[in-house]
Amino acid sequence: MDMISIPVVNMTPILPEIFLSVLAMVLLLLNVFSPSGKKSYLAYISFIGIAATAVLVGAGWGGHIESFSGAVILDNFATFFKMIFLLAAGLTVLISDQYMEREECNHGELYPLILFTVVGMMLMASGTDLMTIFLGLEVMSVSLYVLAGFNRNNKKSNEAGLKYFLLGAFSTGFLLYGMALTYGATGTTRVYKIASVVGQMTLPSANIMLLAGMLLMMTGFAFKIAAAPFHMWTPDVYEGAPTPMTAFMSAGPKAAGFAALLRILLVALPTLQIEWSQLLWVLAVLTMTVGNITALRQDNIKRMLAYSSIAHAGYALVGLVAGNGTGTAGILFYMLSYAFMNIGAFAIIILVSKKGETNGNVMDFAGLGFKRPLLAVAMTIFLFSLAGMPPTAGFIGKFYLFSGAVQKGYIWLAVIGVLNSAASVYYYLRVMVYMYMKEPTEEFEWTQVTAPVALALIISVAGSMIPGIVPSFILEFAQQAVKLI
Amino acid sequence: METLFFAIVSLVAIISAILVITCKNPINSALSLIMTFFCLATYYVMLDAPFMAAVQVMVYAGAIMVLIVFTIMLLNIRVNATQKHSHRILLGSIIGFFTLINTIVLLVKSQAAKPVGPFTGDMIRNIGHSELIGREMFTTFLLPFEITSILLLVAIVGSVILAKKNI
Repeated sequence: MDMISIPVVNMTPILPEIFLSVLAMVLLLLNVFSPSGKKSYLAYISFIGIAATAVLVGAGWGGHIESFSGAVILDNFATFFKMIFLLAAGLTVLISDQYMEREECNHGELYPLILFTVVGMMLMASGTDLMTIFLGLEVMSVSLYVLAGFNRNNKKSNEAGLKYFLLGAFSTGFLLYGMALTYGATGTTRVYKIASVVGQMTLPSANIMLLAGMLLMMTGFAFKIAAAPFHMWTPDVYEGAPTPMTAFMSAGPKAAGFAALLRILLVALPTLQIEWSQLLWVLAVLTMTVGNITALRQDNIKRMLAYSSIAHAGYALVGLVAGNGTGTAGILFYMLSYAFMNIGAFAIIILVSKKGETNGNVMDFAGLGFKRPLLAVAMTIFLFSLAGMPPTAGFIGKFYLFSGAVQKGYIWLAVIGVLNSAASVYYYLRVMVYMYMKEPTEEFEWTQVTAPVALALIISVAGSMIPGIVPSFILEFAQQAVKLI
Repeated sequence: METLFFAIVSLVAIISAILVITCKNPINSALSLIMTFFCLATYYVMLDAPFMAAVQVMVYAGAIMVLIVFTIMLLNIRVNATQKHSHRILLGSIIGFFTLINTIVLLVKSQAAKPVGPFTGDMIRNIGHSELIGREMFTTFLLPFEITSILLLVAIVGSVILAKKNI
């Protein structure tokens, strides 16, 4: 009997994950010992923790360390995505406290769960083993199911949690089956080893098992990024979940899904690029069109942004269809700016809506431009950025995504994308029309803007504007990030 | 001989799986599910994976099924026989049917792939299935193994938040 050789364990790549997990456990304990109703300090601690983790993650920029015998990696790609997750979580924590206080569900477990979600997402971005990616996805999803149903007194929130859980579990089945088949076809779960095994196959596109595995994995991830036709859960869940969690869900997990999808498709299965890019072409067109057309008819603003988030997943898929440097760097850039603009928009929705999630229609924005001009200006910037108007971050992001597609010869895809983007302007502008050109139907007291929310708004406005004016700075990071994978 | 055995087990598995979703009484469904799990365990034995088979029987057919049956009894679900056949079900069945045909055609056309990877049937018989799993778990899959602990913690916290009366 030979001795078992313990693999070399280098903790550096998962240091941020360990730090956040420990912080989350400490917060869970602190929560037990603090009197109910006084949980706000947990939000501050988690925000500081997230900021500290961001420093920790940032220090790893430029490194390239594999650890746990190839189960996890520290590279620029993972670092860039980890920054997006931390940003989304940080902004969410800032806008959560006031909202949870108002909805009377300020339970301290909220913050540890957000942190655990980030841990899961980070593992998805840095995992180079299908098992790591899968378990990261599960940690993320299980936390999100709870966060979606966090407002226990609200029926819609319960429905959102249950619906997300059932459909999420269903999609996890697809994903896991796909991973199992891929393992069966290649004999390994390591992403880089899969690449070399598939590369040595004489005709990988004739290997049914591998193709089925790829297909099922793509189905699983398409569900997580809310791509049509796997988007059915999105509007109900986004509408029912507590608004800060909706903001978080639309920014963080979507980016995490793209991180894992990019890693698997571009690193493990580049030899099948012709096959998967054809599939994604159809998926991208469907996602953009279904999202935008359905969003046109929505009156509830959370539902509208849910459909718009489906459309945005479609735009990002355009970059993945292209699969070249410009397109994939565009995805990274877009996910980052999308986190800023979307969470910012949801922060304003929180301020406009009233207790019990009422006042969430587009009509309720009537007169915002006169009563709270600053909030209206901020909302205008977010909406312009979502619509992809220059000089905002959304414009530059879409520009890179579509130019990546054009470079690869997908002219029609880019044309459909631009047409979709033009159609989306209608429903974003509709909110602006209500804000600036309609009189409010009824008087009511506006929610006070607390300091954390103001900070979140300032960060979001800056994040939606600055990358649009000086894009080269962030794009350079994004290009370096996709160079190594 | 092995093929015949496989065919019989598969037939039982498929019939009991269909019974799980067609039975009106939830207890009958649960019992059919146990049958399906046993068939799966048989597959594991045929694939040289006795440890997996034992775990399958103990965890799924044993522990989880007891949980499911208890939940059904405690909830005291009434049988609702109202079923609605909408166009969506028809559409779904048509798509499902053609996907099935497509899959069968593809499977018949393709050649059976040879087993790949470092683990062969002989290796499992010589070293032992549970030992191989244990080794892999604590060497190759050390990190995923550790992540499951976080996953379990999240699940516990989540169920307490969603289900506890006063928090």
